[in-house]
Amino acid sequence: MSLGHALLGLLEDRPRHGYELKHLYDERFGVSQSVKFGQVYTTLARLLRDGLVDISAVESGGGPDRKLYMITPEGVADLEHWLIDPQPPSTFGRSVLFAKVVIALMSGRPADEVLDLQRAAHLVRMRELTERKLAGDAIDALACDFELFHLEADLRWIELAGARVERLRSPRTRDVPE
Amino acid sequence: MSGTPTIEGAGGPLVHAEGLTKRFGATVALDGLTLGVAGGEILALLGPSGSGKSTLLLCLAGILRPDSGTVRYRGQALSDMADAVLTCLRREEFGFVFQFGQLVPDLTAVENVSLPLQLSGQKRGLAEERALALLTKLEVEDRAGKRVGEMSGGQAQRVAVARALIAEPKVIFADEPTGSLDSLNGEVVMGLLLAAARERGTTVVLVTHEPRIAAYADREVVVRDGRISQHAVVP
Repeated sequence: MSLGHALLGLLEDRPRHGYELKHLYDERFGVSQSVKFGQVYTTLARLLRDGLVDISAVESGGGPDRKLYMITPEGVADLEHWLIDPQPPSTFGRSVLFAKVVIALMSGRPADEVLDLQRAAHLVRMRELTERKLAGDAIDALACDFELFHLEADLRWIELAGARVERLRSPRTRDVPE
Repeated sequence: MSGTPTIEGAGGPLVHAEGLTKRFGATVALDGLTLGVAGGEILALLGPSGSGKSTLLLCLAGILRPDSGTVRYRGQALSDMADAVLTCLRREEFGFVFQFGQLVPDLTAVENVSLPLQLSGQKRGLAEERALALLTKLEVEDRAGKRVGEMSGGQAQRVAVARALIAEPKVIFADEPTGSLDSLNGEVVMGLLLAAARERGTTVVLVTHEPRIAAYADREVVVRDGRISQHAVVP
């Protein structure tokens, strides 16, 4: 999970304080593990250094949590790039993909585009594995199957997510003979 | 896959659909869809239920007529062909695998599989010998003497695959050819379709919802709302 990009995604609609970002992150992405305040502030400092966020206001009273952070145009561009850059397919790629879809949905961007690009990246990898499986021995086949089935699980989620996104867009489902 | 054919080959696509539109009542199944399939290519059509992928397959195979748009086979529009010519084309150059209903219920597995060869004039003994060899490759030879009603869904599906392959068609149109099969039997079926493509240059167009099956293809396209999803084109 890219904490920096998640924070950029959470800052896109309006400026927010660090403590608000932490709670919003936990609510949206912290299904298995919440983020620590220290991680949030360290990441915000890095984003500030890189010009991806700026401080729009400092409220009286001081302290790091009184700063109001806003995303910069560079930050939006960086987020855009991250969203459409397909995740290298791997066993642990799922949670990043999940975050990309959630951020795309929250921001009103086309989530199905994110899903389609990822599906294409997965299918290219599955094609490579199938080719290797056909050329290899039984052990190769077992190893390739292991990865193929994990990738297929991702793809099944991608299909379902795509259907849910479609339903959000138009509540009436189409009815075409299969 | 190695030896990937290219759409922009010297002779152009073997099957080419342009601007296909098909409606069922108020529902638009195909919405101006354009797609080319190269000779010897294995093309997988993916997409959610109701996306129009099976309708597309039926239109490409000349089984369903689009409301508008053209399907060309070897450059000739299917709509310009007389019914008799189209029937002949479907019998001699195309092979079909559907999930249900393509086998003759009153015939045994070996009779069903050998039927295309017998219709094209081969002697029954030789045709049944070849049918049995194919059923053996698909590991369903023990069902050779059984009728469709005496077979499981998976066994019937493998018999249907054998029947599609036996006459060595130029193009095989398959709708969920592994839909009733477990993973290993699915591999056997895909292995035979792959061998037909690589060894004989057979073109295979298949509809599947299984990504592992689509991964056997040279190219996968996603059909959504009756169109090819441009973001989902897999290079």
